Amino acid sequence: MREERFQPGDDRFPPTRRSVIEAVRSIDAEERERALESLCAAYWKPIYKYIRLRWNRPADEAQDLTQGFFIEVLERELLEKFAPKKGRLRTYLRVCVDSFVSNEDKAGRRQKRGGNVAHVALDFAAAEEELGGAVMDPAAIPSPESLEEFFEKEWLRSLFSLAVEELHQFCVARERERTFRLFEAYDLEGHDKISYEQLAKEYAIPVTDVTNALAWARREFRRITLARLRELCGSEEEFHREARAAFGAELK
Amino acid sequence: MKFLSDKTIEHLREAAEIPDLTGTRYRLLERVARGGMGVVYVAEDEKLQRRVALKVLDVPCADGDLANRLVREALVLARLEHPGIVPVHDVGTLADGRVFYTMKFVQGPRLDQYIEPVASLTDRLRIFLRICDAVAFAHARGVLHRDIKPANIMVGPFGEVLVMDWGLAKLLHGDVPSHSQGADPDATIFEKPGQPADSSGAAKTMVTGHGTVMGTPGYMSPEQARGDVEHLDARSDIFSLGALLRFLLTTDSKAADTAAEKRRLDKALGAICTKATAAIPSDRYSSVQELALDVSRYLDGLSVAAHRESLFERLTRFYRRYRFFILLIAAYLVMRVLILYLMHR
Repeated sequence: MREERFQPGDDRFPPTRRSVIEAVRSIDAEERERALESLCAAYWKPIYKYIRLRWNRPADEAQDLTQGFFIEVLERELLEKFAPKKGRLRTYLRVCVDSFVSNEDKAGRRQKRGGNVAHVALDFAAAEEELGGAVMDPAAIPSPESLEEFFEKEWLRSLFSLAVEELHQFCVARERERTFRLFEAYDLEGHDKISYEQLAKEYAIPVTDVTNALAWARREFRRITLARLRELCGSEEEFHREARAAFGAELK
Repeated sequence: MKFLSDKTIEHLREAAEIPDLTGTRYRLLERVARGGMGVVYVAEDEKLQRRVALKVLDVPCADGDLANRLVREALVLARLEHPGIVPVHDVGTLADGRVFYTMKFVQGPRLDQYIEPVASLTDRLRIFLRICDAVAFAHARGVLHRDIKPANIMVGPFGEVLVMDWGLAKLLHGDVPSHSQGADPDATIFEKPGQPADSSGAAKTMVTGHGTVMGTPGYMSPEQARGDVEHLDARSDIFSLGALLRFLLTTDSKAADTAAEKRRLDKALGAICTKATAAIPSDRYSSVQELALDVSRYLDGLSVAAHRESLFERLTRFYRRYRFFILLIAAYLVMRVLILYLMHR
């Protein structure tokens, strides 16, 4: 492995990704598909879990509804109808999910939908595992008031998970696997169990290298998260608000 | 994809928010507040070995608007060297792309927290006069604050009063340094009604347009609330100072020591507040000095320009001001009468 060097100012600004809201209005079919994939990657899990808990649906039905919802987004051009000035995309999607599930019930037209939506692998088994005891234990099911909060929390979890994944790929591409392993060991698994000194000892590197590696990884994690967030917001104003919520104040 | 627990998410949020001070002379110590545009930390300036407050933007802004705004705030502060205005030390960009500036670290409560136990009306008015001093100085330098409110005033450990948060300041003479041209000097930033006006500033909504925004009810002049930012002048800040004075006088009834004092507060001080917060700018004081002069005259027991006194009020005020001498003369006269009476008995 080549020696890792950490230069302040490396990759300083997040690359400007086009907002999915703009992209779905594009005349380029590929761009529209990419936008839907980004949206699907970030939202399918929160939506699946939300349908499981809010609508109390069994796993197979929730899977169908989740896939059906994204088809609905595509067919009924729901993203084109979103007005960034009126609110957040996240809230809009949640309301659309509620309306979709409710309409499906009324029409009784639930149908099996095979395959994955927009080429995004929907690992429902993993989502189910993450839900854990919540669907089994009625006491663990969030109250209706806190379901909105639950959805937002799951969305943040999904956003951060995607960013961690992308950071991993970024580190591999830059031959900085060790940096990612340090980040994983300290920030993802054990900041309260392991110290910088222990990590330095384990990897046989100076403590300053651990400090620098973690600072670099966190900076990149932040950059990647913000770039994804920018993509998932309808306006700059929404982006600033969401960025602040993601890294600072409570998500409301 | 790796599952992130709630605890890990919280840790990542905190870890990623911490500014990366690599390559700067500062070492991060702790987070103290969240402002309108970013977060304020306490940091140690390792070169000068002193604590500073470091204000850093929330997000790196590709469009540069927020960054320009923060730089502009630092530049405004740099031109306002006054004991009542916190001095700025440094401005720059962090390795993660976020703009920051450092300023003097002041420890102390905000005015709304500080004022409650201050029972004396005189003490409250003296604090108000010090705020007026700082704002008048800024006006003399061509700077409007545009966000004067209790949450933006800090009281230091030695009683020093500091006007903070110049992020909304407007330069009256348009003398904006070249590298901050991107910032909109006429933009107004408001706070959502009903949200706490705390130092965290979380309630603030950043809007970068001419008057397309909401406001902090109660402290903003009507013309600012209308978004008529091009015509704002010192009288807009005078409105805010009037609202601040009203806050100081009404926050706690202990401010009025006696019933008589309370009556005077209603009339003279009430008139000052009313004049300062008049809906039409031309009905307000024309300068902060004029407002401060009226408050000083009140403190000295003199008549105030904002209130025309009746003969009874004038006599009462005269008596209150010269009570000692009037009582002395009265006592002397009573003694003389008593002596004359006893001599002629």
